[in-house]
Amino acid sequence: MAPDGMVGIVIVSHSPKVAEGAADMVRQMVGDAVPLAWTGGDPGGGLGTDIARIIAAIDAAWSEAGVAILVDLGGAETNSEMAVEMIEESRRGRVVICNAPVVEGAVIAATEASGGSSLEAVKSAAEELYVQ
Amino acid sequence: MDTADKERIVCAVAETIIASADELTALDQAIGDGDHGINMKRGFEAVLADLPRLAAKPLPDMAKALGMALVMKVGGASGPLYGTLMMEFAKTIPDTPTRADAVASFGRAIEAVKARGKSEPGQKTMLDVLVPVHAALTDGADAEAVKTAASAAADRTIPLRAIRGRASFLGERSIGHMDPGARSSALILSALADALEG
Repeated sequence: MAPDGMVGIVIVSHSPKVAEGAADMVRQMVGDAVPLAWTGGDPGGGLGTDIARIIAAIDAAWSEAGVAILVDLGGAETNSEMAVEMIEESRRGRVVICNAPVVEGAVIAATEASGGSSLEAVKSAAEELYVQ
Repeated sequence: MDTADKERIVCAVAETIIASADELTALDQAIGDGDHGINMKRGFEAVLADLPRLAAKPLPDMAKALGMALVMKVGGASGPLYGTLMMEFAKTIPDTPTRADAVASFGRAIEAVKARGKSEPGQKTMLDVLVPVHAALTDGADAEAVKTAASAAADRTIPLRAIRGRASFLGERSIGHMDPGARSSALILSALADALEG
């Protein structure tokens, strides 16, 4: 186990149902050991993403070992990048956005995190899904 | 530029976008996820609701606050992109800018949008309007010339194939539709040009 605990996972989808469903799958795989948060939907309640809620999700899943974010489509990535730039400076370098499919990426990243891997290892485990 | 001027200019831009929400949504339904008009309307309604407070700020602070409102309220990718444009503009614009100051700050803001969207002109995005309009402004364009350049630039996105954003999923099928972000940029810049000259 890394001295700072397990890497946290944040799931960001345009759809709250997709985000919650992906989080359910992660929980079934790794239980409650890995810090996990999800968010979906725009500020008006429609499909989209909301920076304020992404920031809240990063806070909720915060771990000193860092946080890996899984996103679905373009706007989720752009809004997550913006959210990372808006969190407190000391944490910014320990939050990464994974270039990976949101559901499979979240499950693989959480599985890797549950073994106590570093943030870099968690990110590459998720991103390997795209290079296979 | 006093508080009343700022209020009038921001209001003109916001009302233009709100009035065009259906058109922007229709364009986005063709090649995106159909929410551009709704998202932009929500963002600019938030701006209007806060207008007296925003307009009372010095210009750089107002631009920053406008950008932040768009980032937090728009929801789609266009929120961070327009928000970045405004917040980066805010970083270098003086409180009482000359035309040259404004054009230079606009140019630096466009560079930040390129970085945020990991995009360049020619990929069927708002950059296909922002970049040529900035070039026209550099060449001394007046309001009429800005509007002509903006409208022509948005039209030129019709035959382009989308490389970035949701429309890129459509590949060849994105050809033949105007980019909604290019259209909203043309609307904003045209409303701004009229309001600044008025």
